[in-house]
Amino acid sequence: MNFEEHAGKSVLSRAGVSVPQGRLCASAQEAEAAARAIGPVVVKAQVPTGKRGKSGGVKLAATPEAAAASAQAILGMEIGGFPVARVLVEEQAAIAREFYAAVLNDPASRSPLVLFSTEGGMDIEEVAATRPESLRRMAVDIRKGFGPADARRLLLGLDLGEAAVPVAAMLVDLYRVYRQHDAELLEINPLALLADGRVVPLDCKLTVDDAALYRQTDIAGLGAKEPLSALEERGRALDLKYIELEGNVGVLANGAGLTMTTMDVVSHAGGRPSNFLEIGGEAYTKGTEALDLVLSNPGVKSLVVNFCGAFARTDVMAGGVIQAWKTLNPTIPVFFSIHGTGEDEAVRMVREELGIEPYDRMEDAISAAVEAAR
Amino acid sequence: MIVRKSDRVLVQGITGKQGTFWTEQMQAYGTSVVGGVNPKKAGQNHCGVPIFATAKEAMANGGFDVSVMFIPPAAARAAAIDAIEAGAKIVVCLTEHIPSHDVMEMHAAAAEHGTRIIGPNTAGIVTPGEGFVGIMPAFNPRVFQPGRVGVISRSGSLGTLVCLNLVRGGHGQSAFLGIGGDPMIGTTTKDALAALIDDPGTDAIALVGEIGGSMEEEAAELVAKTDKPVVSFIAGRASPPGKKMGHAGAIVTGDRGSYASKRGALERAGAVVVDVPGDLPAALDALMAEAAKRSGAQRLAD
Repeated sequence: MNFEEHAGKSVLSRAGVSVPQGRLCASAQEAEAAARAIGPVVVKAQVPTGKRGKSGGVKLAATPEAAAASAQAILGMEIGGFPVARVLVEEQAAIAREFYAAVLNDPASRSPLVLFSTEGGMDIEEVAATRPESLRRMAVDIRKGFGPADARRLLLGLDLGEAAVPVAAMLVDLYRVYRQHDAELLEINPLALLADGRVVPLDCKLTVDDAALYRQTDIAGLGAKEPLSALEERGRALDLKYIELEGNVGVLANGAGLTMTTMDVVSHAGGRPSNFLEIGGEAYTKGTEALDLVLSNPGVKSLVVNFCGAFARTDVMAGGVIQAWKTLNPTIPVFFSIHGTGEDEAVRMVREELGIEPYDRMEDAISAAVEAAR
Repeated sequence: MIVRKSDRVLVQGITGKQGTFWTEQMQAYGTSVVGGVNPKKAGQNHCGVPIFATAKEAMANGGFDVSVMFIPPAAARAAAIDAIEAGAKIVVCLTEHIPSHDVMEMHAAAAEHGTRIIGPNTAGIVTPGEGFVGIMPAFNPRVFQPGRVGVISRSGSLGTLVCLNLVRGGHGQSAFLGIGGDPMIGTTTKDALAALIDDPGTDAIALVGEIGGSMEEEAAELVAKTDKPVVSFIAGRASPPGKKMGHAGAIVTGDRGSYASKRGALERAGAVVVDVPGDLPAALDALMAEAAKRSGAQRLAD
């Protein structure tokens, strides 16, 4: 789950990390009122994606009137596919230096990784490529944590002057928030040293692990809603992994790997899949709901049902599909390929109850479905 | 990490519906299941084996080599660490959707104790004719046959399909290593490949990858160094970027994790990457014939 800047800063603030004074505004009038209370401000589009500055989504405003005009210009923009519905109106900071700081899950070391660079405001990939000497990284033993001594060791040799102490304290704070909230990523870019010596996060990118939301209920409500289509919302409500696509060959398979492969073979045969939908794992009993969902996409012209059951029993999945097929009575053609756990029973059921002969090779079932969708 | 008949297996969560079903399947196949864990039913028997309160207790009473976890996500960390601290050589973690911070704790404990974690989110490991650990249809003779091709797969369902294709093409398997669909897994594609390269029972390798992460690129370094033929299929070519395709690890961000990057790295290292899984056996036949010719020429030269 991604958090927009204002929501990430709320999480930081609740955890005792001081952030710039700001207000979330949904209109030019609100922005004007906020600027009147705060003084010179920066007006920032709130969308769960990067590159806001380059898209014109961040503007400085010295007066309340200018803040209103900036908000007017930014609200309604679309950045990275997200319409801007709100802006953060935040106090302008007297910036002395800009740094980069992040804590993230690192698949290579299978541990948390703390990153810091004296070069702030740039993409970290760019920093790593052009100014590698400015970048420090430390893999953390998650059972021991990351304390002040670790932070001092990380920063050793960097030219930070007086800022070394507050920067080290900030890194310890960021690690604490990352850990406390099951974050996958907490990135502060830029982390600013102000003229008065304070170190504050000017931006904040927070991603919390979806698998941990059950124990992050106090902040889950602050997360950004994923932009889902109506069908994807329906899939979500059924706890099914459904992604709507633009093609016309419906795909119903079990397991992420097999479902992706089914889409690949549709595409290789010259067709275009209309969805990703897998009913493997615990979802293998949801054949009925799944079929209904795939067929609800008005673009579907033919359907591939491709099962290769390990944990997921193909007889149970096929039973659900057959039941739904009889209820919904769709007019489009369907092509089956079924193998693995329970396949004899599943093949027999499809043959006897639907009068359809499953294909032995999935490639043949898919080619037939692509042909039928033309 | 290749399961052998002599490996003693402990089933954590043995009394649940899936734990029971798959324990029976493993036993019927010949896997040596020596016990189960359920703190509420310790002292009883289930599936003909004793139930212990903890993995540590199981280790103290007869011992075990491999633990397999039929444990829900919220309890997975404690169960894995119990098995690791008990001294398990291998922990097969089937559980999907374990919070990533818990997974990192599991990996840290495993590193300290020298335990190999397979998974999380794996369908398990199979050695046809010897045994299996997990939730793969080892007992289906159309999918698994004893043979000489080692198979590595992040996905259980796609791994099943690939094994089916191999058997259809006349190739049995020396081992199936399901490594799991999560982003932070204990045994990587490269680790599994190294084990198969070292295995004298393996003549050729089918490497089944998918988009996301950089494990296939890292494994390519070993592909370049081995004489064993490597064929590969990478899933996710037609997947839209920026979306998690079912597996938490299957997501392309920018160039990282892309199909083109993986296929390119494997092909440059000398692997044959096929467009559809059905083409794997023919690609394997061609490479194995070539390898046989090479070693024949080598023998003549000697």
